[in-house]
Amino acid sequence: MKYFFEVLPSIASGLQMTLGVFFITIIGSIPLGILVSLAMRSPYFSVRWLVNGYIWLMRGTPLLLQLIFIYYGLSMVGISFSRFDAAAFAFIINYAAYLAEIFRGGLQAIPQGQFDAAQVLGLNKVQTFFKIILPQVIKIVVPSFGNEVVNLVKDTSLIYVIGLGDILRAGSIAASRDVSLVPYLIVGLMYLAMVAVVTIVLRRSEKRLSAWR
Amino acid sequence: MIAIKNLTKAYGDNVIFKDLSLTMADGEILVVVGPSGSGKTTFIKTLTGLEDASAGEIDLNGQAYQVGDSALAAKIGLIFQDFNLFPHLTVKKNLTLAPMTVKKMSEKEANQKADELLSTLGLTDQANLYPYQLSGGQKQRVGIARALAMDPQIIAYDEPTSGLDEKTTDQVSQVMLALKKAGVTQLVVTHDLPFADKVADTVFDFEKEVQR
Repeated sequence: MKYFFEVLPSIASGLQMTLGVFFITIIGSIPLGILVSLAMRSPYFSVRWLVNGYIWLMRGTPLLLQLIFIYYGLSMVGISFSRFDAAAFAFIINYAAYLAEIFRGGLQAIPQGQFDAAQVLGLNKVQTFFKIILPQVIKIVVPSFGNEVVNLVKDTSLIYVIGLGDILRAGSIAASRDVSLVPYLIVGLMYLAMVAVVTIVLRRSEKRLSAWR
Repeated sequence: MIAIKNLTKAYGDNVIFKDLSLTMADGEILVVVGPSGSGKTTFIKTLTGLEDASAGEIDLNGQAYQVGDSALAAKIGLIFQDFNLFPHLTVKKNLTLAPMTVKKMSEKEANQKADELLSTLGLTDQANLYPYQLSGGQKQRVGIARALAMDPQIIAYDEPTSGLDEKTTDQVSQVMLALKKAGVTQLVVTHDLPFADKVADTVFDFEKEVQR
């Protein structure tokens, strides 16, 4: 137990990195995902073709590989990022692809009548989207969106591959230094705690959205 | 006065109606009847700009508009067959959204107007409910109030009595007759003939009087 508290601060120091990647991905991938989902409904074939190719690429290859490629691969052709920027970029474009698919499903679930009603009341397309469609899409997608957020909490651990120090990396270092499994136990508990917080926040928003049907 | 002139709608070679001309006096209730599939709903959608017309012009109190002109669509309110209320907004917010967003009315002004409309239509107690909490007849009236909140020069109904029971249908006709007294010009598309008899000043038979 004494060892537990001794090693805890060094692992917690990785928390800043884990949370940093988590929040920047959330902030970046939601708007990008919405844009991509709208582009998937574009009347232009070339636009749809392009975004479908992007989604195929992002969902068809491992995030780990994308991280390696963006950090190490692109630097070989002269495009170099800092480690954190590379991680943020890879996570945002990867998660945006998954979120776009979720938002697309939500958009398709909105009846044409909602668009018609907005049109005859004189709302333009932007007003219709933000005031009528988006609030209804949000309600539809919250459960599957939540699933992605939980995945993201754990996926942040992949950044070790480009040498960023998150909680899992801090735990691994402590574990091999002290020849102990306790650091890994601490890391596991930290992920569980983060997922618990995410779950509570999501449940609350689902509850708030259940005021209407 | 409202005059619809030479309205034509065709999908390729399939002519739904052509050279349709109608006039309506202010405060008149014109009922368009006809069996399902005769093109009544397409007619009303063309009029409100939801479907593109092949040709046609509309005179609204001396001002001529091409059909599909968005300035014209703003002057025609539409009550949908399945209401299409906004489920995420309370009854009152359903009424204030368009005036505030489109007409840039202040919230206070829009609320005041919504309160008046709700009280006229007997919906004051429902002001803060969401659409799913309403009965069919109440939804219908919210739809009417939402259209009226934009001060249209004419309001159009697509099958207003479908899905309503007899008592609620009576309420709808009473609302329409009350609006007529207030000078609102109304266009109704329906296949409910007893209802048509009750409210109509003029009946237009879409099957017999339309060229195809």
